[in-house]
Amino acid sequence: MALIGKPVPRKEGRAKVTGAARYVDDLRRDGMLYGTTVRSPVARGRIRGVHFGDGIPWEEIVVVTVKDVPGKNCITLILEDQPCLADGVVNHPEEPVLLLAHADRYLLEEARRSVTLEIDELPAVFDLEESLAATTVIWGEDNVFKSYLVEKGNVDDAWPQADVVLERTYSTGAQEQLYIEPQGVIAEANPHDGVTVWGSLQCPYYVHKALVPLFALPKDKVRVVQTETGGGFGGKEEYPSMIGAHAALLAWKSGRPVKMIYDRAEDMVATTKRHPSRTRIRSAATREGTLLALDFDFAIDGGAYATLSSVVLSRGTIHAGGPYDCPNVRVRSRAVATNAPPHGAFRGFGAPQSIFAMECHLDELAAELGITPEEIRRRNFIEKGDTLAVGQVVKEHVDLPALLDSAFAMTGYREKRERFAREAAAAPRVRKGIGFASFMHGAGFTGSGEEYLASIVGVDATADGQVRVRVASTEIGQGTNTILAQIAAEALGLPYDQVEVAQPDTANVPNSGPTVASRTTMVVGKLVEGAALALRAKLVEHRLLPDAAAGGYSPDDFRAACARYHERLGPLEAMTQYHPPPGIRWDDEKYQGDAYGAYAWAVYVAEVSVDTLTCETTVDDFVAVQEVGRVIHPVLAAGQIEGGVAQGIGWALYENVVWERGRMVNAQMTNYIIPTAADVPPIRVAFAEQPYAGGPGGAKGIGELPMDGPAPAIVNAIAHATGVRVRHVPVTPEAMMAALDEAAGAGAEEEAPLLAG
Amino acid sequence: MSEGGETSSMQTVRFTVNGREVEPRVHAMSRLLDVLREELGLTGTKEGCGEGECGACSVLIDGELVNSCLVPVAQVAGAQITTIEGVAHDGELHPVQRAFVEHGGAQCGICTPGMVMAAVALLAHTPRPSEEQIRTGLAGNLCRCTGYMKIFDAVAAAGSAGDEAKR
Repeated sequence: MALIGKPVPRKEGRAKVTGAARYVDDLRRDGMLYGTTVRSPVARGRIRGVHFGDGIPWEEIVVVTVKDVPGKNCITLILEDQPCLADGVVNHPEEPVLLLAHADRYLLEEARRSVTLEIDELPAVFDLEESLAATTVIWGEDNVFKSYLVEKGNVDDAWPQADVVLERTYSTGAQEQLYIEPQGVIAEANPHDGVTVWGSLQCPYYVHKALVPLFALPKDKVRVVQTETGGGFGGKEEYPSMIGAHAALLAWKSGRPVKMIYDRAEDMVATTKRHPSRTRIRSAATREGTLLALDFDFAIDGGAYATLSSVVLSRGTIHAGGPYDCPNVRVRSRAVATNAPPHGAFRGFGAPQSIFAMECHLDELAAELGITPEEIRRRNFIEKGDTLAVGQVVKEHVDLPALLDSAFAMTGYREKRERFAREAAAAPRVRKGIGFASFMHGAGFTGSGEEYLASIVGVDATADGQVRVRVASTEIGQGTNTILAQIAAEALGLPYDQVEVAQPDTANVPNSGPTVASRTTMVVGKLVEGAALALRAKLVEHRLLPDAAAGGYSPDDFRAACARYHERLGPLEAMTQYHPPPGIRWDDEKYQGDAYGAYAWAVYVAEVSVDTLTCETTVDDFVAVQEVGRVIHPVLAAGQIEGGVAQGIGWALYENVVWERGRMVNAQMTNYIIPTAADVPPIRVAFAEQPYAGGPGGAKGIGELPMDGPAPAIVNAIAHATGVRVRHVPVTPEAMMAALDEAAGAGAEEEAPLLAG
Repeated sequence: MSEGGETSSMQTVRFTVNGREVEPRVHAMSRLLDVLREELGLTGTKEGCGEGECGACSVLIDGELVNSCLVPVAQVAGAQITTIEGVAHDGELHPVQRAFVEHGGAQCGICTPGMVMAAVALLAHTPRPSEEQIRTGLAGNLCRCTGYMKIFDAVAAAGSAGDEAKR
């Protein structure tokens, strides 16, 4: 059939373009109530009392407090530190304290506004450095959720031998996922039937895992169903456990179905964002540009509760050193608490933060050495057989020089690098620059993560030969339904239309793990391929289909075989479970080993204009070249890259979360700006394909990769355009103005900034 | 609108949606978006922000592209409204819808109804738009998934498809 590599139509494409696709807010239940949340107005304090305002028919309103939680008051994830509802204390602004429900959502909103929380404020911490100093302790003994130390060689031996040692600090701001469909769920719950939650979510079994202890119910009394989901990007990885728990508590108490949909302001102010970060890098190199040592101090701000911070930190730690062969590397990293809503999963998951620092730093180090950004990378690019900082020997194909050549050819990089520098010498108002970043992104859970997950998938076939893939992996726009159907159809030698993907419903699908970490195509897809082959093997074993050696079979032969199987033997189904590929080893204690089964490799080039009067930066052109294994669906794959690049451009230039005492104060689309159709440059995407044996049809993970490259490529291009190095994103016009002013002030004393390539 | 029941401020507003006359009994200041979704069951029109920034709730009022979250229903009395449900005819997709499916213009799909309405409105005024005109025509509709490239491709293709059809 050769479906791999073909742009088949998206499974739910027709439903989405006609408005027929049903998202959670499009669903209703008879007798349904609306739910809402009363949240903390302060960052940290002790709750003294609750005052219910006058003029509200409180007897009609369902009120849930922490006392109504039937089981354990906690959102179970990794550490059990985050309450479902505040119990006497609050640790961040907008922390949920009370839940209300009523059939009239306008009355409900009036009721919510009339509740006053009386809170005695406690000292709070709002800044990453302040948290690291631990003068005020707000979490554990020292505010540290998690720390890692990764060491290769010994950096301290390298400093005396180096021709150049450079130390710089970089930082990145929070970023809102800003899926266009806000968080939302519908819940039904009672002691007899248990709890069912339908919702917009990435990970049905995460919500399931949180609801079981919260209600103290057996696992089979909790059911979580994913409805069509209007974007996630990580934002619907862990938070749906919270809103799902809240709606379920209201349903449990009222005995009625409860719908809870956040409006945009609540979604932005109360739910997770990308972790702000700070990375200090000290590097050592020879005069020619060979790296001798890289020493990282990487820190991320996790907000008030641990949630996923330890895992975000881990990915950022492992990716810090980039795709370079350096004999001595040390990464010390910490995730710390502040009194802000917990930061969480967002595409890239810690890697964009540390990669931003590294890729900016390499350009700075090159400038210090008087060589080009290209030269320093070519000298140090990792090759097959080299060892990454975590001690992983690269066994798969990698050819970064080829990706660089291809990206440079597509952009005319070298010619532009020289021409823009020449033009800048005349000091025009608008300066043009070109810059790039080279990087990698590991697919799947880190280290032994996939082994612990032990994901299971099922593939079944009805008596009339319709095949159904049963996974908990969700379609959130990235194309799960289409890709998994392609993989199963290819393995079975059937047309694409003969395979469907079941709605993720914990009552009906096995746990194929969360839809995160660029793992769905590579890891889950490989399991689907295996299950499809096992299903076919059953038919062959019972002599209902010819085996592969005997030649092919038609879709009708397959249908007939399924009919006979059902008749004689009953339901036809095959399951597979994840087992690590041979030769993979990981040491959780030392944090050493094969961190990821496979990496995608990439070189991204950005061309920018900086208006030195308005201080606005525009991205004029963007080229993304990557090696991602075999591309299963060229349109969906390019769509993933283009979408990720646009989010990366937003993070680099526009998306500025403004904080006031731990609270986002620009929680509106009006003043939190994401790229529009008028802002994005042409984004040109190219794939180099090297089949990876561990992925279905040779595919590797792809989803997060495009978030890593844009910010450093853009900031490096800005440095090329202006001669001014900014070390923080987003580079808003205000930030650019400050940087230009500072450089103009300093320029009087120092040499003119180096503009030439 | 709710179990709150009928109050004195409710009134009947008559208008046409997708060629069908409707007369919902609603609060005059109800948002058109809510009336479409909750009273008329037309849930294809989405709410992304409620403040006219994202365009997910785009509909055509007398042929003009409008954010239905910003329109009090009383204002559309007598008007002709087209929602996403009225774009395909007799199960036949509009060229814009077909192009969105073919070119990967829809990913998560939540912005898609609004984006399709914006594209339909653009092509009605400018049957063969330049890239610049496409960008401007869609600038009021936010998409967080696609980076817009595939949407531009789809709209450009739908524009040329319209040309082909006329030949």
